[in-house]
Amino acid sequence: MQSRTGGTGIMEIKKRVPVKEQQPEIRRSNFDEVCLGYSEQDAVEEAKRCLRCKKPLCVTECPVAINIPDFIAHVKEREFEKAARVIAESSSLPAVCGRVCPQEIQCEGQCVLGKKGDAVAIGKLERFVADWSREQAIDLSQTLPKNGRKVAVIGAGPSGLTCAGDLAKRGYEVTIFEALHKAGGVLVYGIPEFRLPKDTVVQHEVDNVKALGVKIETNVIVGRTVSIAELMGQEGFEAVFIGSGAGLPMFMNIPGENSNGVFSANEYLTRNNLMKAFKEGYDTPIRAGKKVAVVGGGNVAMDAARTALRLGAEVHIVYRRSQAELPARAEEVHHAIEEGIHFNLLCNPVAILADEKGWVKGIRCIRMELGEPDASGRRRPVEMPGSEFEIEVDTVIMALGTTPNPLISSTTSGLEANRKGCLITAEETGKTTLEGVFAGGDAVTGAATVILAMGAGKKAAAAIDAYLINKAH
Amino acid sequence: MYKIATKRLLAPSIYLMEVVAPRVAKSANPGQFVIVKMDEKGERIPLTICDYDKTAGTVTIVFQTVGSSTKKMALLEEGDYFSDFVGPLGQPSEFIAEDIEDLKQKKFMFVAGGVGAAPVYPQLKWLHEQGIEADAIVGCKAKDYLLLEKEIEAVAKNLYVATDDGSYGYQGFVTDLLKELIEKEGRTYDVVVAIGPMIMMKFIAQLTKQYGIKTIVSMNPVMVDGTGMCGGCRLTVGGETKFACVDGPEFDGHRVDFDEAMRRATQYKSEEGRAEIERQEKAEGHVCNLGLGAQA
Repeated sequence: MQSRTGGTGIMEIKKRVPVKEQQPEIRRSNFDEVCLGYSEQDAVEEAKRCLRCKKPLCVTECPVAINIPDFIAHVKEREFEKAARVIAESSSLPAVCGRVCPQEIQCEGQCVLGKKGDAVAIGKLERFVADWSREQAIDLSQTLPKNGRKVAVIGAGPSGLTCAGDLAKRGYEVTIFEALHKAGGVLVYGIPEFRLPKDTVVQHEVDNVKALGVKIETNVIVGRTVSIAELMGQEGFEAVFIGSGAGLPMFMNIPGENSNGVFSANEYLTRNNLMKAFKEGYDTPIRAGKKVAVVGGGNVAMDAARTALRLGAEVHIVYRRSQAELPARAEEVHHAIEEGIHFNLLCNPVAILADEKGWVKGIRCIRMELGEPDASGRRRPVEMPGSEFEIEVDTVIMALGTTPNPLISSTTSGLEANRKGCLITAEETGKTTLEGVFAGGDAVTGAATVILAMGAGKKAAAAIDAYLINKAH
Repeated sequence: MYKIATKRLLAPSIYLMEVVAPRVAKSANPGQFVIVKMDEKGERIPLTICDYDKTAGTVTIVFQTVGSSTKKMALLEEGDYFSDFVGPLGQPSEFIAEDIEDLKQKKFMFVAGGVGAAPVYPQLKWLHEQGIEADAIVGCKAKDYLLLEKEIEAVAKNLYVATDDGSYGYQGFVTDLLKELIEKEGRTYDVVVAIGPMIMMKFIAQLTKQYGIKTIVSMNPVMVDGTGMCGGCRLTVGGETKFACVDGPEFDGHRVDFDEAMRRATQYKSEEGRAEIERQEKAEGHVCNLGLGAQA
């Protein structure tokens, strides 16, 4: 076992190589990426920490089962292209995943080193390899010869891009139908630039999927512009994958919620990320707010809060449980605190207050305490009677989660969804209740993570391949 | 890219464009809308569909220049392209799912204000093609601002025009004209469809409520995606929150909270835009010409 500093002792190896970041006081007023990533030297040093476990638990915890020890071994030997090829076998969006996966509860969460010190920085290494291969313009597109069979994929987000990429590699002619004017799904409308740069990182990964031969048709809303029956009938697609995500915002149904100045996080983020309201020259307006309350504690809440901060607001997170229960990635919470976001924990809104013209002037909250654990295993927040108080704000952003869009399920006969609007599928294959139609990602699970959606897209691609091979015989 | 096949100036600062969008044309129905985007930096602008030709693969939109985005849009010429043109969005008009024989028993009145004449046209046309008769009132501020008169005349049983200044047809508001038709001429209607500025739809709905006539209005609030994602278009209808983009755009006019909708319409207005809205609200019942969907 080597120490990366050449022998200063066993204590050193417990720490990971730190990653460079923009300083909080600087980044809080720009939209440039917060994390600057590893240099070659940093990456090689960090790769040396990997113990190459015989039974690598990191791989079993990865939803797309990247051969993590293998790619890290190549990094250690400075064989970055080989490392990129190992990752490409399993993932078509590594530059994205290296940035937005909740590694601490997946690969890194199981790393043996994490028991007595820092886990290997697998996410940062993945990001390094992906960025390096993009900068070196490494061609990772290897496909089997075209087999002439057509598959339609609905939605150009993480699950759809993954499913399409995998099917194209197997020789299928894949067309992705995307409702918005740009491919990427939540990667372009939801996750902000300072976490995931759009033009460099996301566009490049979309281009990689296109390089595999996948066609992307934007501005097509399946269920409105065209139906699944038409796709499988006159348009000749033999199978369909639905990766339409969970795009519908939830509201609290409390008094004052339709006041001027109350927005869903989806609206706020879409205006800023997809429509680039923060950039000079773009026509879409956004109401940044001077003092903003963001309700919720997930990644979307952190993204909305940190976006509002960068647009010049003082920002208060309002979350009903305590810091330990925040569902956001640990790194996002850490960054938000560093940047000066105020956390109002253990409190919940009961009403939004408006002035005589109907504009938000405050939010009335009630304090909560944690009771017994609920179905999710987290302790249930309980209201403390008589503890109501008001926070003066001019803007409220609701980041309470999202549910699947019913547009497709409500316009496709035979396609069944559950009470929450999630499509019903067989877990291992993604098969829906309709012959030849598969689904995965947030459309099936409700709002979850990029990587889980990718995992589902991958499984469905294998299942579609098996289905079509079988169908031909 | 979506090519502009034809462009016409219909009235001062009101333009018609026929856009090549075969997928949209194929699926379009009366009552639905599209979202257009000019270029990389443009806004997504919702506009109600004014006509469609399934064979030629074209969809017609009509818009009035009220803000910087619509002014830029007006500079596009025949042969130019929209970068994005998506639809059809929203629910089709309720009547297209009804039994034709039942519809023939009903008396329809369409009331349009300003640019609202454009989205009323495909509804009248659809009914006409099914052999169902319908009357129409079109209101505007002066004769020069009257849109699609010939087209509407060809598909409406009776077309009544109201102008604010009396330069053509009846002098006065569409609400006054509808009242006269019902009270003085004894016309009876089973359904009124009102499309135009929110203040006009509000007053039509108030009037028809007195007569107990079912009234449909077409809402066009601020929105981004048009598929239910942003929730910016939320309205209160019968005490419940609805999204205009997916639940509408057409709603029961007697149940819509117009005051809230008008207030929400000011959220992204510039100071200038807000002043305009306030002017409208002061001129109660005034059939103004602030465009449908022309929030930009």
